[in-house]
Amino acid sequence: MTALTEAPAAPTVRKASTRKRLVPYWLLLPGILWLIVFFALPMVYQASTSVQTGSLEKGFQVTWHFQTYWDAFKEYYPQFVRSLLYAGTATLLCLLLGYPLAYLIAFKAGRWRNIVLVLVIAPFFTSFLIRTLAWKTILADGGPVVHALATLHVLDVTNWLGWTEGSRVLATPMAVVCGLTYNFLPFMILPLYTSLERIDSRLHEAAGDLYATPATTFRKVTFPLSMPGVVSGTLLTFIPASGDYVNAELLGSTDQKMVGNVIQSQFLRVLDYPTAAALSFILMAIVLIMVTVYIRRAGTEDLV
Amino acid sequence: MTHLPILKWLRRNLVVIGGLATLAYLILPNVVVMVFSFNKPNGRFNYSWTRFSTDAWKDPCGVADMCGSLSLSLQIAFWATIGATVLGTMIAFALVRYRFRARGAINSLIFLPMAMPEVVMAASLLTLFLNMGAQLGFWTILIAHIMFCLSFVVTAVKARVMSMDPRLEEAARDLYAGPAQTFLRVTLPIASPGIAAGALLAFALSFDDFIITNFNAGSTVTFPMFVWGSAQRGTPVQINVIGTAMFIVAVVVVTAGQFIANRRKNSAKA
Amino acid sequence: MTDSTAGGDVRLTGISKTYGSFTAVHPLELTVPQGSFFALLGASGCGKTTTLRMIAGLEEPTTGTVFLGDKDVTDLPPYKRPVNTVFQSYALFPHLNVTENIAFGLRRRGIKSVKKQVDDMLELVQLGDFAQRKPHQLSGGQQQRVAVARALINHPQVLLLDEPLGALDLKLRRQMQLELKRIQTEVGITFVHVTHDQEEAMTMADTVAVMSGGRVEQLGAPAELYENPKTTFVANFLGTSNLIEAEVVEKSGEDVVVTAGGAKLRLPGGRCSAATSSGGKLLVGVRPEKISLAHRDDEGAVADGRNRVTGRIVDSSFIGVSTQYLVDSPAGSGLSVYEQNIERDTRLVPGAEVVLHWNPAHTFGLDAAQAKDAGVEKVEDAA
Repeated sequence: MTALTEAPAAPTVRKASTRKRLVPYWLLLPGILWLIVFFALPMVYQASTSVQTGSLEKGFQVTWHFQTYWDAFKEYYPQFVRSLLYAGTATLLCLLLGYPLAYLIAFKAGRWRNIVLVLVIAPFFTSFLIRTLAWKTILADGGPVVHALATLHVLDVTNWLGWTEGSRVLATPMAVVCGLTYNFLPFMILPLYTSLERIDSRLHEAAGDLYATPATTFRKVTFPLSMPGVVSGTLLTFIPASGDYVNAELLGSTDQKMVGNVIQSQFLRVLDYPTAAALSFILMAIVLIMVTVYIRRAGTEDLV
Repeated sequence: MTHLPILKWLRRNLVVIGGLATLAYLILPNVVVMVFSFNKPNGRFNYSWTRFSTDAWKDPCGVADMCGSLSLSLQIAFWATIGATVLGTMIAFALVRYRFRARGAINSLIFLPMAMPEVVMAASLLTLFLNMGAQLGFWTILIAHIMFCLSFVVTAVKARVMSMDPRLEEAARDLYAGPAQTFLRVTLPIASPGIAAGALLAFALSFDDFIITNFNAGSTVTFPMFVWGSAQRGTPVQINVIGTAMFIVAVVVVTAGQFIANRRKNSAKA
Repeated sequence: MTDSTAGGDVRLTGISKTYGSFTAVHPLELTVPQGSFFALLGASGCGKTTTLRMIAGLEEPTTGTVFLGDKDVTDLPPYKRPVNTVFQSYALFPHLNVTENIAFGLRRRGIKSVKKQVDDMLELVQLGDFAQRKPHQLSGGQQQRVAVARALINHPQVLLLDEPLGALDLKLRRQMQLELKRIQTEVGITFVHVTHDQEEAMTMADTVAVMSGGRVEQLGAPAELYENPKTTFVANFLGTSNLIEAEVVEKSGEDVVVTAGGAKLRLPGGRCSAATSSGGKLLVGVRPEKISLAHRDDEGAVADGRNRVTGRIVDSSFIGVSTQYLVDSPAGSGLSVYEQNIERDTRLVPGAEVVLHWNPAHTFGLDAAQAKDAGVEKVEDAA
């Protein structure tokens, strides 16, 4: 017969076995160790390098020479300002250019959707340096693009803004920003597309049903719902763009050098390691502070 | 008010026109690369059109050291992909499936490399290698590539494992599959799209990386470094040939992937 | 896997489960006889699924022992227990087809030739034509049957079913209830079935254990639970009960006499699960379908010896086989009455003065110290 009574005296309490509890640590160990040794530890070394003095011949010693930071910043602040300005402009352009395309793929492409997606992803797999060099051809002096821009008086406007100079586009801020925008555009489009694609198209119908015009629907429904994509897209664009030196080197002149160029040349050519390390730390600090403030304000926690 | 039909049409299709313009902007350089792979330039630089020629296509390895650097890049990308995928998948599983201490710190450690300008990581890693007196070359490049690909793999795999029903593994255990069998027969097959996506991303990132490689390569030359150097010395047409071939291979691979995914989806509806 | 003639009772002794400071299951003694269809019934979070998972081995009990027959299986991992589970939302392997899903357990135990057994199973659950389909190509009902077949093919000593019909629509659920019952009778394996649906539990199970707050409230055959609830939770969770707060007046022979709102009511002492000292409080219960309704003008026609309460109809709803009335009375407000639609009295409309009357033998008494509305389904709980 089925029986039911209250339990007698409390029996011994079981414990999960130690082996089982260690499983996550074994899984984490190799990868996390890799990151600690080759990501975190180098930061420590770099911090130490940044407060060293000495020369390549005599060797460097830690002398807690914080003056390096101030000197480096004083000497290269135009490059810092330029980096943030170029990266910010490129990010904004990526958002403006990328949003329509992401929207098109998510809602309007229909059976073309996959083909368009392939065309967005495929350049990822072609060397970005080759593609950046192609911009040298496209924006070449006297080429069709520059000619068209001059005829349409676009160059007059950009000259007045200080983005271009005379009848040239190459070796101007515009060329560098154009290259940055181009290089990081897919990093904007894909997160935007992912978050737009998740939006239930019935929400558009519901908004329309509740007296919203298409423009209002976009402002009040679609755009707020795509915010996670906007946030991660802008981060994925701004962060690499702020440290980039390829576009400034290939498409700009000495007047468009960014902080990445300085770090690279200090490290690999001038061999002034303390200055290079200090510059790289200042850049890291600026980017981390901006990213943190931005994430707080955007109120998105789940970026990873 | 006058309603020009053309304006009306433009307004209605604004998004489509804008999107297509962006698409054109994205693809234009690839078209230029392709067209200029058939150029026969005067002088060392392949920046302006001279005349049609298939010379470069007939002799893609005709430039000194280029194909060697290409093969080196492929090898590094291959091993970096394997390393990052294995380590990243392990971390992703630990993060989704287990509770443990220092979770926040570990999450930050994984997020930070993605929130760091590449040049910062490149410079600091070089500082480490210089301090340790490491010989810069193949191994330092590989170490660096595994490091920065790792976070991306973790993110891709984590997303997939998180959406996986934990009851599937319980069902397997309930049906007499031990831990190893459960992992091999159920967990791995179901998580494989996420792992594949992570691996593909790692391959692309590693193969195309320039900034970190440039700092930590010493005198070793990968394909992106070869292209970088050639921008100073003179750009052989063969670079465009390789670029075009890569683009075509990428389109074929990605299209095939989409096709397979589509067929699965369609058979699901049947 | 098992020898079905061996003593196959499931015995839980002192089983409990705590997560940190939260106790999901209080120490519990429970025996499920071999070959029976046993239901664990309760609202979500009552500990029924945790209990089931401890039998399966998917959850380690904090205290206590699980016996299968005479064997202590508490420390065995799930893959070493002769127990199989039909999971909530089925947990079919999405990457394997129906045949491979069903054969999974056999293959893991190293059995090579599975075709015959799989075919037999497919026939048992009537899915012969779907052997090569993937799970997402099946309807909910078909998936459910694959899940049952996948578990049953292993001839487990006990089959555990975790809300197996929860994802199906009402009509299909009814059909699958009968089908599961048929399969259970056919294979003769012990079924332990977890559900929040009291109708499902009563239709299918031989024995029902009603759980609430990590404890078993009451255990018994469905009719026994329905007619003789021992707690307000059971009275309200299984069907509907009218519970009237009353004061004990006296014991007269076998019966207890109480007053409620001026009305004198009688109930059998044997159906009282609380102390009945005079002057004490008691909750008097009666099921809505046991009550008859008469217009006040016809009060004289009500037979003597029946419990009667006067009141006024506040609401009525016609639901086909019956009409349900809500009646306010001095004894209590919102009393439910279900009247069969045989001869409809046109005077019984909201506002009409009425007399509720019923056989005292259909009355039960509960401890008044309990919450009167325990187990009442609230709007926000409804799934």
